[in-house]
Parts: sequence; C-alpha cells; structure tokens
Amino acid sequence: MTKLRGILTAAAVSLILATGANQVSAAEAEALPPAQDWSFNGLFGTFDRAALQRGYKVYKDVCASCHAMKYVAFRNLVDIGFTEGEAKALAEEYEVAGEPDEFGDPTTRKAALSDIFPAPYQNPQAARAANSGALPPDLSLITKAREHGPDYIRALMVGYEDAPADMTMGPGMNYNVYFPGHQVAMPAPLSEGMVEYADGTEASVEQMAEDVTTFLHWAANPELERRHQIGFQVMVYLILLTGLFLIVKQRVWRKLDH
Amino acid sequence: MAGGPARQYNNRLIRWVEYRMPIFSAVEATIGRDMPTPKNLNYWWSLGSVLFLALIIQIATGIFLAMHYIPNGAMAFDSVEQIMRNVNYGWLLRYVHANGASLFFAAVYLHILRGMYYGSYKAPRELLWIIGVVIFVVMMATAFMGYVLPWGQMSFWAATVITNLFSAIPLVGNGITTWLWGGFAVDSPTLQRFYSLHYLLPFVIFGISLLHVWALHVHGSSNPVGISTRSKQDTIPYHPYYTSKYMSVIGLSFIVLAFLVFYEPNFLSHPDNFKPADPLQTPANIVPEWYFLPFYAILRSIPDKLGGVVMFGASIAILFLLPWLDTSRVRSARFRPTYRYFFWIFVLDVIILGWVGAQHPEGASLLIGRLATAYYFAHFVIILPFVGWFERPRPLPESISKPVLKSGAAVAEAAE
Repeated sequence: MTKLRGILTAAAVSLILATGANQVSAAEAEALPPAQDWSFNGLFGTFDRAALQRGYKVYKDVCASCHAMKYVAFRNLVDIGFTEGEAKALAEEYEVAGEPDEFGDPTTRKAALSDIFPAPYQNPQAARAANSGALPPDLSLITKAREHGPDYIRALMVGYEDAPADMTMGPGMNYNVYFPGHQVAMPAPLSEGMVEYADGTEASVEQMAEDVTTFLHWAANPELERRHQIGFQVMVYLILLTGLFLIVKQRVWRKLDH
Repeated sequence: MAGGPARQYNNRLIRWVEYRMPIFSAVEATIGRDMPTPKNLNYWWSLGSVLFLALIIQIATGIFLAMHYIPNGAMAFDSVEQIMRNVNYGWLLRYVHANGASLFFAAVYLHILRGMYYGSYKAPRELLWIIGVVIFVVMMATAFMGYVLPWGQMSFWAATVITNLFSAIPLVGNGITTWLWGGFAVDSPTLQRFYSLHYLLPFVIFGISLLHVWALHVHGSSNPVGISTRSKQDTIPYHPYYTSKYMSVIGLSFIVLAFLVFYEPNFLSHPDNFKPADPLQTPANIVPEWYFLPFYAILRSIPDKLGGVVMFGASIAILFLLPWLDTSRVRSARFRPTYRYFFWIFVLDVIILGWVGAQHPEGASLLIGRLATAYYFAHFVIILPFVGWFERPRPLPESISKPVLKSGAAVAEAAE
C-alpha cells in the first residue's frame, strides 16, 4: 500500500512538471505544434534513411546558406546511408581554409571527410549584418534546444502565414503561428519544389519540412539508433535480473520461521 | 556489540591481513558479527543501499567524463558535445551521469521521507540524522555545480541566480559574490572553481557517508514498528536476508534509470541548456533541476531578497532541528494517528512547492507558493511540537517479534 502511494506520488510530481511546462507556452498564446508520428519515436525508433538523405539535401541547399552546423562533420554522413565515396564527394564541393604555405600565406583546400560542415559566415557579426540584425542559430542541436523538439521545428517550417490585420510587425519580421511572439526574422524558408530530390519524391513544403526535421533530429542525436538498440537489451536484462532477485528473496526468506 | 572471543577467519588471505592489520575485526566490532538487523524492515529501508550505489555510479561515470571535459568558458559546451559525439560511449556516460543525479535525489528524498514517517531521527539516532542532513546539503552543492559545467544557458543563469543570492548579505554581500565568482561576473574562473569543487565534493560525501554508516551501526537500523530490538529473536543477519531483499529494489532503480538514459535522456533537463551560455540573453524563465524546485519556490515566495535567502537557508537548516521539534516519544507514524495525517499533508505541501517552483512567480502560483511556504515552516515549528504533546499514540507492541498487545500497557515504553 505504501509502495503504491510512493508510485502515485512520483506520477503526480512528473504530471505536475509536465503540465507546468505546457502552461508556460500556453500563456504566450502560441499554437501547440501538432505531434508527428516520427520514424525515430518509440522504443524501437530508427531514422528513415531516405528521409535523412532528402533532409540533408534540404539542409545543404536551403538552411546552410544562413545556418552553421558546427558539430557535424562530413564523415558523419556515412551514418545516414551515404557511402564513404559519396560523403567524400559531398565534402569536396566545399573550399575550406588550409594550412599556411611555406611563406606563411593563407591557403585553401577542398574539404575532407574529417572537416565539419563549413559555416556560411565568418563570424556572428557578419551573420547579423546579412540577416537584418538577427543571428541564425547553429542547427547541430536545434531539435533538443526547443520545447517540443522535432514537432516544433517541423511546425515552424510550415507555420508561416500573413500577419493578422491588427498586428504591427517589426521591420523585416515574418509572422509564424508557432514562433514565440509570432515575429520571426527568418523568412519562410521553404517553397513548393525548391529542392530537387534525387529519389524523385515530390518536394512539397510539408515533405521538405518533415525530411529536414528528421535530418536535424539525427544531427542532434546521432547516437539515437544505437541508444535504442542497447536500451532494449539493457531493459530485458535488467527485468530478468530483477525477477531473479525477487525469486532469490523468496527462497532466502522462506528459511525464516514467521 | 563486539565482545566474544577473537574471530578465527577461514580464508588464509584474510587471516594474513588480519594478523598484520586487524581491519576485518575492526569492521565487525562496529557493525556486529553478521550485522544483526531488525527482522521487520520493509522495502523503504533499502534506499540507503540504493543511495550508496547511486554515489558509486556518479563517481565512476564522473571520473571518465572528467577525462574529456574542458572547464573553460570558451570550450566547455563544445567539449560536452565532443563527449556526446566523438568519445566512444561518451553519450552513455553523460546520460547516465545526468540522469543518475535525478535517481540520486529521488532516492534521497524517499530516504528522508522514510526517516520522517518512521521517526528514524529520534534518540539515540539524532546524530545519525544530522550527518544525513549534512550529506544532503553537500549533495545539493555538488549537483548545483555539476549542472553549471555544461555551460548552457540554464547552467550559466542558474549559476548567476544562485551566486547572486550571496549579494543579499548586508555590507559584505557584494564582496563575497565577487570573491565567489573570481571576477565581476560568472565567467571562466567561476566555471573552473565549480569544476574543481564538483570533483572534490563527491569524495567528501563518500567520507561523510562512512560516518553515517558508522553512526547507524552503533544502535542499528530503526524499524517500521519503531521500538528497539530487545533480543536475538528480533534480529536476523543482514546477509543473506536484507542483501537478497534489497537487490530487487536496486534492480528496479536500475530499470528506471536505464529507461530514462536510453529512451528519454533529456526528459528531466531543459531545452535552454542546449543553447550555449550567453551572458547577454536571459532565458524567459530560469528554472533549476526538478529536485531543487520546492526550495526555489520558497526562495521566490518571499518578496524581499535577503528574506528569501534566509528562508531558503532556513528551509534546509530546519531539518537539523527535527529531532527536537518532534516532541513525541513514539517513533513510528504507524502508532501516531494524528501525525500520520500531517505527514501526508507535508508531502503534498512539498509537491505543491515543487510545482510552484516551475512557474513564473506571479498571480495564483505566487499566492499558492506563499501559503505552501508558510505551511512548510508551520509543519516543523508548530504542528510537530503540538501534535507530539497532544496526540494519543496507539498501543505499541511489546517487542518486534510479538504481535501488538490488546491493552495499551506498552505505550510508556515508547522511546527506549
């Protein structure tokens, strides 16, 4: 009985914490991002490889012109289903700063597998100057760094609308249903058919938003598949072990005269 | 509890060591041969073992994380991402360490509540309780400084808010804060000293835990009935009875920890902490980790800064006085019908405080927070003494082995 009470208490605490978080966002009257049925959700969730590769294309062609991704390297592309040769070829599309030559003058070279994705701007000042004062955040961790994670990122991509008539927008700002305060410096990044998918998938805004979010969630959680896989093994092991412990307890205590 | 003739050990190695350094008999002298333990301990008494294991997990994972972590304002956040991405199983180490802290606090709160429900702090175990509260305070300091290390937005602003509390001290406050920071704002010097202390304090906790265990074994564990053991019939050897009984709780704790680590590793953390620390941008709502929320609510419910800090300190310090604030001579709430009722209200009050701690301090939640704070203190300084004086405890059994007697004759024997 007391044990049950403990469990109920713990449940109550977590419920309170969860609803508490929701109330904060509700107070600012943003629409709640609709929950999606992601391939990486659930105990056995994995990343949809095709979506990841399409998502990389969206990132590369669209997002990367303003957003850096400094924790992801070209070698990591092998994890989303590219061959090492393909990843190398993708890297070599970029020029990066090389070692100084023998006279100490700066050089450039083709990017290699070991290089991180090149940043679009030299420094934050340059980034702000090019984006009417706003700093496009690094995208490596973006789905972890926002409430509602991937659901929010996807919703943000598709959440652009005309501002309500009674709302005064700041200069250069765009109206988004899901952005806190509704005024976002980033213009609607996706438009119908702006990316040509190698696998022939139709590049609707919806489709691109889903693909790029899948890619971004992988970038933030590259260990997710391994984590789920080990997790299952660990859970099965621990549950069996705990079962054995309970049996041992019964056997040992049977010796006592009650 | 020692006594008896010198123990002859069967194992040759143990004999060899014992002859040169009688460490085994010294341990036995403290815990008693075979560690006699009350036979009626329930599962709530397993939390001490869980806590010991939690400390070991934190130290073990922490040592490996420290091999890769860089305590510098410009590199800390990057180094954590290096651990997550490029160190073999670094993500596992870090998620176990981060969620292990939550397991640690969950277990310590249940352990403390167990002590409160069953009156474990009463004579002759007051010092045992006080040592326990000291461990709790050092744990809080350790966890707070550990939370700062990833150098995300919440890390940085939590450090700013908490260190700023010291500036409320009259006259010397600002000087103390500057001294704590090692500069004029939270910055690399602050991070570096927090890292140093975060590595040191777990070993301090380990040391104090040994004192806690030592003090425990002088009079042995309390028990759910709350009367002292009187004869050999009341006790059983700790091993194999309690080792076998508590292994399953350890297994269950591991299941909970593993579920968080592998499936919801960031459920208990805050999205803002995945943004690098930015001294120029304050998060909308600075919230601590869940285990500090009740105390944070108390801090924020007082409209005056110094007053808030004083009450925040008092809310923890009052635990030291608990053995004397509770005037009842009966230990276990099982035989205290009125206290038992107030115990559960107190638990509810702390949960409400935890909820309030996560809200913006305004409107209804601020009012609820103030009432809950008032009740928190009232529980200790008004309810506990008065209930102890006026409550009519139910009759206590004669001994742990014998069932409860029909008559109330045993009540007078409550304390000893």
